[in-house]
Amino acid sequence: MTTFIIRRLLLLPLIVLGVSLIIFSLFQILGPDKLLAAYVNPNVFDKLSSEELEVLKEKYGLTKPFAERYGIWLWNALKGDLGWSQVGKDAVLKSILSRFPYTLELALYALIPVVGVGIWLGVAAAVHRDKFLDQFIRIFAIVGWSFPDFVFGLLILMVFYSVLGWFPPGTLSQWAEEIVKSESFHKITHLVSIDALLNGRLDVFWDALRHIIGPVITLSFLWWAYLLRITRSSMLEVLSKEYVRTARAKGVSEHDVIHKHAQRNAMIPVVTVAGNMVIGLLSGTVIIEVIFNRTGIGRLAADAAVQLDYATVLGTTLFYSIVLVLGNLIIDILYAVFDPRVRLG
Amino acid sequence: MSKERKMNTELRRTMRKIFRNPSAVLGFALLIFFVIVAIFAPLIAEPINPMMLDDNGNPMKLDDPYVMPIITWSSTPVPPSADHPFGMIQGRDIFYGVVWGTRTAFFIGLTVTIISTLFGILIGSISGYYGGWIDEVLMRITDVFMSIPFLLAAMVLTTILGNGIDKVMIAMTVFGWMGAARLIRANILQVKEEQYILASKALGVKDYFIIMRHVLPNTIFPVLIQASMRMGSLVITAAGLSFLGLGAPLGYADWGSMLNFTRNWILGASGSTFSYWYAVFYPGMAMVLFVLAWNLVGDALRDVFDPRLK
Repeated sequence: MTTFIIRRLLLLPLIVLGVSLIIFSLFQILGPDKLLAAYVNPNVFDKLSSEELEVLKEKYGLTKPFAERYGIWLWNALKGDLGWSQVGKDAVLKSILSRFPYTLELALYALIPVVGVGIWLGVAAAVHRDKFLDQFIRIFAIVGWSFPDFVFGLLILMVFYSVLGWFPPGTLSQWAEEIVKSESFHKITHLVSIDALLNGRLDVFWDALRHIIGPVITLSFLWWAYLLRITRSSMLEVLSKEYVRTARAKGVSEHDVIHKHAQRNAMIPVVTVAGNMVIGLLSGTVIIEVIFNRTGIGRLAADAAVQLDYATVLGTTLFYSIVLVLGNLIIDILYAVFDPRVRLG
Repeated sequence: MSKERKMNTELRRTMRKIFRNPSAVLGFALLIFFVIVAIFAPLIAEPINPMMLDDNGNPMKLDDPYVMPIITWSSTPVPPSADHPFGMIQGRDIFYGVVWGTRTAFFIGLTVTIISTLFGILIGSISGYYGGWIDEVLMRITDVFMSIPFLLAAMVLTTILGNGIDKVMIAMTVFGWMGAARLIRANILQVKEEQYILASKALGVKDYFIIMRHVLPNTIFPVLIQASMRMGSLVITAAGLSFLGLGAPLGYADWGSMLNFTRNWILGASGSTFSYWYAVFYPGMAMVLFVLAWNLVGDALRDVFDPRLK
């Protein structure tokens, strides 16, 4: 197990290197002129003469060969300097770290209904196989799976914001934002809603909650379906096993057969899926954050991509790939812990 | 019984299995409906511009039917009426956009799925069949591509290449082949050790021939099922890019960019926003039903060909 973990961790720098090389090369398609635009204020940029442009290209090292420029970026990155983020108006690393808690908070809130309801409905569908309830849940799941996130998000906004006025877009209201930014508000976990509770500010907590419910409903509606289907098929497989029949034959109550004997074993593949989901929620909130106008790492990445701010794009992609590799490693370890039959090697 | 007749009974049995499942029937029916709409788009929504007349006083024909004509100068959404059954937004007829958008959806989805799957099959077959250091290198490259979130990667590449649905398709293909590559590799590793492959090798059959005639036909089904299930998510991603203002140019007959129009109306003014429901509902429903059709078909195929997952 230890060798397995070490081997996977050794792979991490290799993947990070590969990812940065891909993104860095993609940006070379733009050519030095457009790359320069990322450094210069757009209002000034159009008025510059061609000589001034050449001087600036020289200054930012855009005339150097590709390998040298990548080397410089890599050397700086290793020292912890990922460059300046135009979109984040701060150093890239700082912009990423300051936005990460918002995305994490959203992912955590979305995970609770997804896992709870997804597993519950999946088990229910498997137990009532091919009956009305099963058919209904399956149709619900496949329709949910077919909804593009932005279509569903727009519908939620339309109903809960425009018509009912319950869940406004954004991260916090103006007044709550000011309280959170003030000196007296202690940032302990950096998750706004939790910090608000710890500071005893119920009004801020309620405000944060109101803003997060819309995106949480949207995310969970889309991800329920996936978990539900895995739970259902895993449950069906376990229910047809010999030991379940034995349990029934010796007179164990149906409730215990399903929830004690079958469900525990059926949960093994579900753990993997739930893990993948956490990774997916951390990196899959781009469109949700844009629609609901929330602060977060997905929004940062989206804005950077649209404005070709390549220092930020490189930074966020690297961040995502690290999350992905570490996340997958943790899932594999958990898998071995939950299922003693699995050997990592 | 001749070989051909045996194939036919096999096929018929499979078809019967598929069509016994009501959700599969629904999926195929929806798909056929969309195919018909796409084929007869010029008849359903005539590509003419009523605002401009030619010499004979007839409405002018459009140069490019995929660019939605501006038919009224009011940019506020106009509710459905007899002439414009789905209403109008940004001066454009929503019905026209939904109908011609069907073609765009098929075009993007099929092209990207086919090219990226073929490329994935190529990489996966080489990797799985030859093994050794070739496999190691190709699989590490696959890992690297897989660790970049698909949507973000597609966004970055589309922005770099510039707007246009061809750029979206290139971006989604470049970052969309890994699933097929991994799947085909895993299947080939399994098939490789089978007796009949070893026998052909012993007989001195060429590698290329073994892969094409023996290995691929026995490993291709899971890949095809995966491809049909990916159609839906590819169309969603392409529409998502258009929705973010990347991808399809302004006014292109594309479901995602039509929803992009609605964004300002929904987030901008509150209160009366719900009266613009049709601007979200019709393009949104077209997209949901299109994706649903592919998911149902993919599901049905999987049920038949992969009985392990029920």
